[in-house]
Amino acid sequence: MSAAIAVDDLTVRYGEVVALEEVRLRVEPGRVCGLVGMNGSGKSTLFKALTGMVRPERGTVRVAGLDPARARRRALLGYVPQSEAVDWQFPVSVRDVVTMGRYAGMGPTRRPRAADRAAVDDALDRVELTELAGRQIGQLSGGQRKRAFVARGIAQGARVLLLDEPFAGVDKRSEATIVRLLRGLADDGCTVLVSSHDLHALPRLADEAVLLRRRVLFHGPVGRALEPSHLARAFGLDVLDREAAG
Amino acid sequence: MSPVDLLLEPLSYDFMVRALITTTLAAVVCGLLSCWLVLIGWSLMGDAVSHAVLPGVVLAYVLGAPFALGALAFGVLAVALIGAVRDTSRLKEDAAIGIVFTTLFALGLVLISVTPSQTDLNHIIFGNVLGVSTTELLQVTGLAAVAMAVLLAKRRDLVLFAFDPVHAHAIGLSPRRLGALLLGLLALTTVVALQVVGVILVVAMLIIPGATAFLLTDRFGRMLVVAPVVAAAASVTGIYLSYWFDAASGGLVVLVQGAVFAVVYLASPRHGLLGRQLTARRRRRQLSRSAAA
Repeated sequence: MSAAIAVDDLTVRYGEVVALEEVRLRVEPGRVCGLVGMNGSGKSTLFKALTGMVRPERGTVRVAGLDPARARRRALLGYVPQSEAVDWQFPVSVRDVVTMGRYAGMGPTRRPRAADRAAVDDALDRVELTELAGRQIGQLSGGQRKRAFVARGIAQGARVLLLDEPFAGVDKRSEATIVRLLRGLADDGCTVLVSSHDLHALPRLADEAVLLRRRVLFHGPVGRALEPSHLARAFGLDVLDREAAG
Repeated sequence: MSPVDLLLEPLSYDFMVRALITTTLAAVVCGLLSCWLVLIGWSLMGDAVSHAVLPGVVLAYVLGAPFALGALAFGVLAVALIGAVRDTSRLKEDAAIGIVFTTLFALGLVLISVTPSQTDLNHIIFGNVLGVSTTELLQVTGLAAVAMAVLLAKRRDLVLFAFDPVHAHAIGLSPRRLGALLLGLLALTTVVALQVVGVILVVAMLIIPGATAFLLTDRFGRMLVVAPVVAAAASVTGIYLSYWFDAASGGLVVLVQGAVFAVVYLASPRHGLLGRQLTARRRRRQLSRSAAA
């Protein structure tokens, strides 16, 4: 079986700035992988390369064994945006947002059929938001908002789910709910890639972790990723140490 | 004169009937479109495109082509130029917009000044709804019908585009194409609305109704009802006022829409200024009462 996420020799450049350099990454199906790095480490760029929002200068990206464009057309890729990227005042209900996951398979006017409504009901049930389905999306708490977007990925039938900073602005109890939800999805064979600069949820959530700083510095078990020597490199502390020593 | 006569008497003139039909059509289609423009944050873009179509409309007049064609061509040109200036210079988008649309608008003014014409081309700038001919009315009806049909048929895709273009892209839809569709409809709608209020004030009809509806409801589906209804009612009121007081029709249409917005801005139950303050005061009082208890 091929890897759910397969990235080879990926280099992305914004003008003069190199955002990612020779990145190689394999994530097997049904795994939860934490993507750790500081701001500007290339986490968002890697997500954009996976969703096809940026054109790589070099290298290949494959999602669920397909090139990204085909994976997108089959709606295999789900995306949970970070909080700041969403207009929470937007006049849509929770149910509207989850229904958007089904658009790819609907007719040209995207009128939901019975099968679509059933899939949306199931997804809402799975993330425990059935009772809040009629609420405007901004009237949910931080954790509930994340779950609504995860439900959109479930309704979509995504095999690979990308989450951008899912624990920012989320309280401890909601965090545990989200961890349980994502672990459950992974048990069903969905591959989950979670970007985070916040490390404490990682051991309970992820099977493996990638430390990113323009290049992949480390990819392996979470426990080892959290060792100080690895983290120091990911967060640029080794440079400070050396400067202090020198 | 009784109040009923005040309403009915203008209808005995054909030009008033044509004016009221044109105004209602323009208000409804602008009201629909404005719901998306306000939510995406394209007010300035709407301003730009609606002004930039002026030279296109004048050239279409000179060549005897449909106004919509000229408007569409220059709407596309404006968007392309704005993108080019933004992407290939160190300027930010608002500066690029400001430069491109004023220049194109100026080109339109110059073209008008050198075009010999029996009809007063300044009507394109200020609107002339009381002088709309039957042919013009038919054109406006056709354009409005096309724009409305497309907007309503693609409304869910356009909402997705406005709400989360990244997700649209991730499931294989093209945000770029949806954006282009919306901008094309913007150019068409401008042609409809400029008959009523003129190029200068079209942007008001493209923003105020959607903004008013957004302060009244948290449901997009309801915005699509509230915005056109409010826009049509306000615009028809404006035309009547213009008839009774013999004042500028385009100006009054926009003035009434602005007045309705002001009332809603102050008094909307959930999102109005007064409503929000009342809720905040009630919450404070409850807090202090529970603190005292």
